[in-house]
Amino acid sequence: MSSTHAPATPLRVVVAKAGLDGHDRGAKVIARALRDAGMEVIYTGLFQAPEQIVQTAIQEDADGIGLSILSGAHMTLFPLVVEQLKEQGADDIVFFGGGTIPADDAAELKRIGVREIFTPGAPLSEIIAFVERECGKRRESAG
Amino acid sequence: MIDRASGLGPDVSPEYRELVERWEAKADRTAPRSGKGSGAIDRTISDVPLKTVYGPADVAHLDLARDLGVPGEYPYTRGIHPTMYRSRLWTMRQFAGFGNAKQTNERYHFLLSQGQMGLSVAFDMPTLMGYDSDSPKSLGEVGKCGVAIDSVRDMETLFDGIDLGAITTSMTINGPAAIALAQYIVTAENKGIPRAKLGGTLQADILKEYIAQKEWIFPPRPHVRIIVDMMEFCTKQMPKWNTISVSGYHIREAGSTAAQELAFTLADGFAYVEEAVARGMDVDEFAPRLSYFFNSHIDFFEEIAKFRAARRIYARHMREKYGAKDPRSWQLRFHTQTAGCSATAQQPENNIVRVAFEAMAAALGGTQSLHTNSMDEVLALPSEKSVEIALRTQQVLAYETNVTNVVDPLGGAYFVEALTDEMERQVEEYFAQIAGYGGMVEAVEAGFPQREIADASYRYQRSIESGERVIVGVNAFERPDETQQAGLLKIGAEIERGQARSVQSVRENRDGAAVEASLAALKRACAGTDNVMPYLIDCVKAVATEGEIVDAMVSVYGRYTENTQF
Repeated sequence: MSSTHAPATPLRVVVAKAGLDGHDRGAKVIARALRDAGMEVIYTGLFQAPEQIVQTAIQEDADGIGLSILSGAHMTLFPLVVEQLKEQGADDIVFFGGGTIPADDAAELKRIGVREIFTPGAPLSEIIAFVERECGKRRESAG
Repeated sequence: MIDRASGLGPDVSPEYRELVERWEAKADRTAPRSGKGSGAIDRTISDVPLKTVYGPADVAHLDLARDLGVPGEYPYTRGIHPTMYRSRLWTMRQFAGFGNAKQTNERYHFLLSQGQMGLSVAFDMPTLMGYDSDSPKSLGEVGKCGVAIDSVRDMETLFDGIDLGAITTSMTINGPAAIALAQYIVTAENKGIPRAKLGGTLQADILKEYIAQKEWIFPPRPHVRIIVDMMEFCTKQMPKWNTISVSGYHIREAGSTAAQELAFTLADGFAYVEEAVARGMDVDEFAPRLSYFFNSHIDFFEEIAKFRAARRIYARHMREKYGAKDPRSWQLRFHTQTAGCSATAQQPENNIVRVAFEAMAAALGGTQSLHTNSMDEVLALPSEKSVEIALRTQQVLAYETNVTNVVDPLGGAYFVEALTDEMERQVEEYFAQIAGYGGMVEAVEAGFPQREIADASYRYQRSIESGERVIVGVNAFERPDETQQAGLLKIGAEIERGQARSVQSVRENRDGAAVEASLAALKRACAGTDNVMPYLIDCVKAVATEGEIVDAMVSVYGRYTENTQF
């Protein structure tokens, strides 16, 4: 996977699971795929609160956060992460996600500031390209 | 390179030998097809290598009495009943639960009116993890992927108007399984139905939670102890209740291969057997009421082979290794659910077709009960219409296709028998590795099955990504103009607020001192060696909520945290 925005040091991405949702197959596959694509991946493990996820991203100096939710709680938990990012002044971190998320909910989440929602069947290559491009831009604008 | 059906023994006729040799020559000259999905024609979805064609040489080693037997006899490769579906069809049991107990109760009445034969309860995440609906941990999760049950009051509403003495109920719950059982008993006894009359199944398979589904509460050892308490309790007081449904379904959904699903599930089952025997129970006292739960994935013959191998492996171990003498202890009875992970969000109607094939594999594999997934489950909770189609799929299979008329119709098929053997071989290999860890609990603590599954899942995803394998509508035959269907079932925030108010009102309208006393007694039982079941029943009778009961137990056992690997 090549990118026109390839930074000098590897991009850092937090892959997160929130709430009470134990479905971690997707999150683990994405974490491994991003790592194989040359990024540094921090996987939070299960059952994280939105504030813990944002704290982890800040402490780890992450360029992006990928949140996976398959329990149906996405319309509660994604907005809470957006809110926490704003509160902590960290809303330049590229926040994206995935899971069993109906199209109209995905549109609403993108409206409030989630940068992209990937649903089941999204190619890994597409997700990797998105993260490289958007996190790469963030690096550039940060100088 | 074409694999051959060669290795013909000396006893084949010269005519047949010549035919085979002629075929081999032709097959060698024929190039395999290229293009979509052709990268995976030489192996199953689980990467089991396949030959071009199978023949007598592939089954020459089979000993008919030892390896196949007859239906209803050890080792049950051909089915656990002598006449299988000719005498009794599988139970059509659709898993359902969403929102609050009242909504789910309405869905149950609908399903029963449409010909469903048993109930199967899906609980929401807070209930499965031991939190009440008004806990901060439950935020956004209440009623979302199952029904919210906080106290026995909700359980009463859930089964309102349903005769618990006449129907069997399966409850998919693990961490708090013992609490759900106590709630079910109290609900029934309040209606005058004694516990001895209750029939059904509790999933209560905690080991696969650490391996795959991740809905645990306590660390493995106290959890296993509570399960053995339940086994002991049910053996003495609930003769019609199946205590554990040892589950491979979630292991497969987490990305395992077919052989891993089988190996880890059976190893989990044997771990419970060993624990119960160590407690002093006789294996034939409890084993007849252990049941299993498998996934039916999209690789048709591999699944049929998996089900057949499962019965044979189980029978052999239960008789030879665990010394069971009652034939019912040797019989592996199982429920099947079609593979959620084979369903696609793209062109969801295609899932109806996938489910039909998977359901047929389960029937050909000899399942005792079946859940067929609804086409829209990959997007949201299933709508009533899609649940009906899923149930109709089973009815068409059972009543129109005639696959039910002959027992084990694929028995003796060269390919199916060879694949059944291969499954058994791979499973025994895993058993040896697990033994190397000192047992299944130790292997799980060391993260062995978890790693094997994560690796298999990643390999599979890569094979989709590379186009080696085709998924219709996802990496082939896509519809770029596709828009998502309307009419998905959503659970609004008002359900969560209503359920939170409801549990608060339950807490205000009960005898607080009785609750405290029952919880204190439960804690002492947890810290000691008394069977916890009677104490749980007392807590439920006092209308302690699930969250309160779990908190009491956590104060003794602690909460488990996973050492994550990816």
